[in-house]
Amino acid sequence: MTTASIKNTEQYNYDVIRKFAIMTLVWGVVGMLAGVYIASELAFPVLNFDNPYITFGRLRPVHTGTVIFGFGGSALFATSYYIVQRTCQARLFSNGLASFTFWGWQAIIVLAALGNVMGYSQGREYAEMEWPIDLLIEVVWIAYLVLFVATLMKRKQPHIYVANWFYLAFILATALLHTFNNLAVPVSLFSMKSYSLFSGAQDAMTQWWYGHNAVGFFLTAAFLGMMYYFVPKQAGRPIYSYRLSVLHFWALVFLYMWAGAHHLHWTAIPDWTSTLAATFSIMLLLPSWGGMVNGILTLSGAWDKMRTDPIIRFLIVSLSFYGMSTFEGPIMSLKDVNALSHYTDWTIGHVHSGALGWVAMVTFGSFYHMVPKLWNTQMYSNRLINIHFWLATIGILLYITAMWISGIMAGLMWRAFDDFGNLQYAFIEAVAAAHNLYVMRAVGGLFFLSGIVLMSYNMYKTIKSGTTEQA
Amino acid sequence: MKHDNIERNVGILIILTMLAISAGGLVEIVPLFFIKETVEKVEGVHPYSPLEIRGRDIYIREGCYLCHSQMIRPFRDEALRYGHYSLAAESKYDHPFQWGSKRTGPDLARVGGKYSNDWHTQHLTAPRSLVPQSVMPNYPWLVKTDLDYSDIQGRMKALRATGVPYSISQAEFDKNVKEFGADVAKNLHIPDAEKNLLAQAQAGNYDTNPDKLTETDALVAYLQLLGTMVDFKKYDDDYFGKFR
Repeated sequence: MTTASIKNTEQYNYDVIRKFAIMTLVWGVVGMLAGVYIASELAFPVLNFDNPYITFGRLRPVHTGTVIFGFGGSALFATSYYIVQRTCQARLFSNGLASFTFWGWQAIIVLAALGNVMGYSQGREYAEMEWPIDLLIEVVWIAYLVLFVATLMKRKQPHIYVANWFYLAFILATALLHTFNNLAVPVSLFSMKSYSLFSGAQDAMTQWWYGHNAVGFFLTAAFLGMMYYFVPKQAGRPIYSYRLSVLHFWALVFLYMWAGAHHLHWTAIPDWTSTLAATFSIMLLLPSWGGMVNGILTLSGAWDKMRTDPIIRFLIVSLSFYGMSTFEGPIMSLKDVNALSHYTDWTIGHVHSGALGWVAMVTFGSFYHMVPKLWNTQMYSNRLINIHFWLATIGILLYITAMWISGIMAGLMWRAFDDFGNLQYAFIEAVAAAHNLYVMRAVGGLFFLSGIVLMSYNMYKTIKSGTTEQA
Repeated sequence: MKHDNIERNVGILIILTMLAISAGGLVEIVPLFFIKETVEKVEGVHPYSPLEIRGRDIYIREGCYLCHSQMIRPFRDEALRYGHYSLAAESKYDHPFQWGSKRTGPDLARVGGKYSNDWHTQHLTAPRSLVPQSVMPNYPWLVKTDLDYSDIQGRMKALRATGVPYSISQAEFDKNVKEFGADVAKNLHIPDAEKNLLAQAQAGNYDTNPDKLTETDALVAYLQLLGTMVDFKKYDDDYFGKFR
């Protein structure tokens, strides 16, 4: 076929990036819709409709899986392939491998969501996928690693650009975490059920080592890679400090892995582990803010663009939320604060200020920059980008404010004593008190969801006006 | 070494990154498998019976852990509300652990024996009929669905492969009798799993319908066991402090 031969002689493999970019939006809409739905279930439990497949317990992993791995994962595949090719001035090492990672990854997201709805679950947060899906992830991930490294080795530049260090660390760390956290013994070769190899305290440590670093590497390091390419590109200025990027890269990848046990403060793990984790969590503030500062100062001298360029606005606000949530995180990892915040909605709010404010916003900004380039065109409407920005920002603010209030309120109500030294509130009183805040949270989510729906429409119009032939 | 060299060589970059990301887990997790005090020695903790295993499977299937913790922290309010703080030993046979991370509903680590079987069955079917302000979903299908225990031996064998002392041979059975007592050991014997499962369901009548073996039977059997294995009256108040 002539088209195939044209494709292979193109300088870059954009085809796989386009596919991942489209699926990023699809999974974003699906995952956030699931999020709004389960948030509404908590406000109005009648929405569970006595239907096993859509109860909160089964839909929640669908929400986290499609958002983290579907939306976030596809966005990372897309941007890493874009960045590694452009900064290395080399085409992806293999079309076949690239295609395999695309179809493999999409199959994983679909199977994981179906499995969750049907009740197949390992019972570990963000790692609910049962063992056959885990094996598929392992294979696709190794293909990703091989493809990424082989492309780096083909580079025409002597240096590996900083964004690629972050992507590489993310790929390596995810492989390590995924492998050890999913060690399990299946009931039989034909059974979807397995039991984790570890138990109790050791299992808890392994899971939160994974859980926290899914945030640290999947949702942070990799998105910093995105930031290190698209912020300078869109601002038209070089990275503020090369030295800072070196320092904060190594500090970040080293320190993050120690922090997981702060999810287990005051539980039945040894005190020394949890103290160590808290200590490293505090130290983690430095490299986190190093990245934020490096991103924001890249804009110095171009601040006027904040007024005129909605893409810059997305990128700057994402960095601000990154700074805010990486400040909030260490605070919550202090044992005294954690005693109040743990088990409450505060944690949920914290995750979302990172996931919506940082991860999703930096993705939106990057995509508004990248997608028109992939289709050799301009964005269909700048006005819609601007509206999206405000919908998303208002949505996040409603969401995290509701969760702060309900979280701190629940924490205080649980520990309140009356004048006679008895517990002041029954547990259910704290549940009832959260109702209005749960409604507010769902409304916030709805704002954010309408934003990404609007973005998808804008992208659809953009893509329709474009062409896939490289100029 | 100048950083310039690392940036020019992907092999060195990979090796150094692997070293950097491995340190935390090696120092914080690996020792937990070797330090004996991580899991304190305490009487009474034993593996689940076949019926309780199936109940726990259903607990995981429905994602209960996403709203209920099973980990009581050593605070006065939690002691009053839930009971003695949870010990590592109490989940030493839990594959996977179900400590949870969120209390949309209350902690369940010591819910065993707190409510009647009747209450649980009704509460699982229609929580708001008992607790009007609850936001828990109704689970009406649990009491209507026959419990599938066809692969219970396979499940026990898988758990055995992870290290839980379920017995197959007579020698293993005898060892369990010594360690857990005859009543418990009987339930840990894999060849008798189906028989034991039926017997426990019959005797316990967890779903309050003696004619039918349902998923509710298994789930309530599991819930009624939670937190009941250790008799805290046998220990001084400060005994467990030294393991923290």
